[in-house]
Amino acid sequence: MEEGRKQSFDRNMDQPIRVLVAKPGLDGHDRGAKVIARALRDAGMEVIYTGLRQTPEMIVNAALQEDVQVIGLSILSGAHNTIVPRVMELLKEKHMDDVLVLVGGIVPDGDADNLKRLGVAAVFQPGASLEGIVEFIRHSVQQTA
Amino acid sequence: MSEPLPGEFPYTRGIHRDMYRSRLWTMRQFSGFATATETNARYRELLAQGQTGLSVAFDLPTLMGVDSDHPTALGEVGKCGVAISSLQDMEALFEGIPLGEITVSMTINSPAAVIWAMYLAAAERQGADWRSLSGTLQNDILKEYIAQKEFLYPPRPSMRLVTDTIEFATQYVPRFNPISISGYHIREAGSTAVQELAFTLRDGIEYVDWALERGLAIDSFAPRLSFFFNAHNDFFEEIAKYRAARALWARLMRDRYRARDERSWKLRFHAQTAGCSLTWQEPRNNIVRTAIQALAAVLGGCQSLHTNSLDEAFALPSESAAILALRTQQVLAYETGIAREPDPFGGSAYLEELTAETEAAASDYIRRIDEMGGMIAAIERGFPQAEIANASYSYQRSVEQRETVIVGVNKFGGEQTRPIEILQIGDAARKQQVERLAELRRTRDNARVGDALEQLRRTAEGSENTLPRILDAVRANATVGEICGVFREVFGAHRETPVL
Repeated sequence: MEEGRKQSFDRNMDQPIRVLVAKPGLDGHDRGAKVIARALRDAGMEVIYTGLRQTPEMIVNAALQEDVQVIGLSILSGAHNTIVPRVMELLKEKHMDDVLVLVGGIVPDGDADNLKRLGVAAVFQPGASLEGIVEFIRHSVQQTA
Repeated sequence: MSEPLPGEFPYTRGIHRDMYRSRLWTMRQFSGFATATETNARYRELLAQGQTGLSVAFDLPTLMGVDSDHPTALGEVGKCGVAISSLQDMEALFEGIPLGEITVSMTINSPAAVIWAMYLAAAERQGADWRSLSGTLQNDILKEYIAQKEFLYPPRPSMRLVTDTIEFATQYVPRFNPISISGYHIREAGSTAVQELAFTLRDGIEYVDWALERGLAIDSFAPRLSFFFNAHNDFFEEIAKYRAARALWARLMRDRYRARDERSWKLRFHAQTAGCSLTWQEPRNNIVRTAIQALAAVLGGCQSLHTNSLDEAFALPSESAAILALRTQQVLAYETGIAREPDPFGGSAYLEELTAETEAAASDYIRRIDEMGGMIAAIERGFPQAEIANASYSYQRSVEQRETVIVGVNKFGGEQTRPIEILQIGDAARKQQVERLAELRRTRDNARVGDALEQLRRTAEGSENTLPRILDAVRANATVGEICGVFREVFGAHRETPVL
């Protein structure tokens, strides 16, 4: 029984952007995820951090429940080619294609291109600036609003 | 007034009088990827190139106590290290490498007792005497809750398993270091140098307390406690950190624990250059960073050293990058003359003051954690986690504001010049592992496996040392996932409340 989500087309521009920061896979290196979560919060966004070891199903369910506009996936273990396509597939199934998906972590250029072809909006590789990420989210969410 | 010399209490200046004049540090490059067979070939190459010890990197499924054929292992098999699910994998890993003659370090924590049992069983099958085995098991579960987050069970049953390995080593594998109390991962998670030092030593106190509680005499196990620190960018700060570590530990062991054996007072440590300092931009700069960090570790008196490869902000190292990293140590050891004099900065007003300040700041943290009721209590209230999260966030902000300079990233250059080759690990490793495991599960004596796991369950429910029963299960070809599964059922799974 696919409900999809009761999406808020009437979301007010003044309301803060809602972001789910998620840490999928077995990896526990959460320094990046936590720093990003804090930076987005400091930039005025509402941030939900899933904690560790979330399956794609758990992440998409959390995104649905929390009615977020953005999902940020932090992956450092090299498992992005398995995890990200599954997240994208589930989002499509649940008619949540309008959620902005960002990936951060150790993702080689070739893989990053492939992920973008699957609908990932941006891949932030090591050295990406916090400000750049904040700006990207603000700009992209405004465009789709 | 004469200052203590190297080799004299409290060993600020080093644990040996001659240090590297009599014996160089061990060049121990952390390595592992794909299957046991592929990693075995890399080990042989590194040994042929003059590396003097081995250090095993396991993949995430192994680190998390699941077999290569488990659904959660999908996409992770052989990616961050080598996949080891059974004794037969462990034997393949060391094929043709005599375990009685080489020292091996294993970076494994939650499933450490299981992996160590596989190692002991593999050594046994090679005909090596356990009493002659030498090496190090990381086995430091506290820093997992604090920083690296590869935990399986709640803290207390996990501490019991750690204590089981310490006790077993003391009795049967006396030359092996059953634990490497690690600040490395704490630092990588974003801590300051002082936090790295303080949390690591306070973890050490916790392990000592548990071993004493078990009934072990301090001098029976303390000489085999080993440490592992980061070698980060701030050159003088790092040297001061190592010097302070030795002095603090020596005093703790002598004064707090009344250890009599001098070997109990001496803090021995492995150092690894800072992975988190490596940059994706202009990766060749990483060679320079690593060389200078390694220099700090050597001037700080490390016993063994890993130097990172230039390509590690991208992937696990390629063979040529791994050899270049080893060459960096060899140049330091054989060309620069730094092995000639222990602690050459001893007596420098600046460095002595920095050492004293580091000691004082770390002591203050240790006292605060004592007051909280120890490290487990501190972890349960999220204290070290919050301290690290705050430090890592303010560091990132200072990079953002260019108060902290990262050459080639936020100042100068910034051109993306990629290394020529990046190690690609496909999904072939998983396929091979899944087939191997299916074959193993089909051909082994499954009744014997079931019996061994049942015996282990009963022991885990009681209070006896679990190692003998783990060894039985391993010899019966039970897998890492099956053995950890028994512990998961008995002890439960740990879930953390994230501290942002």
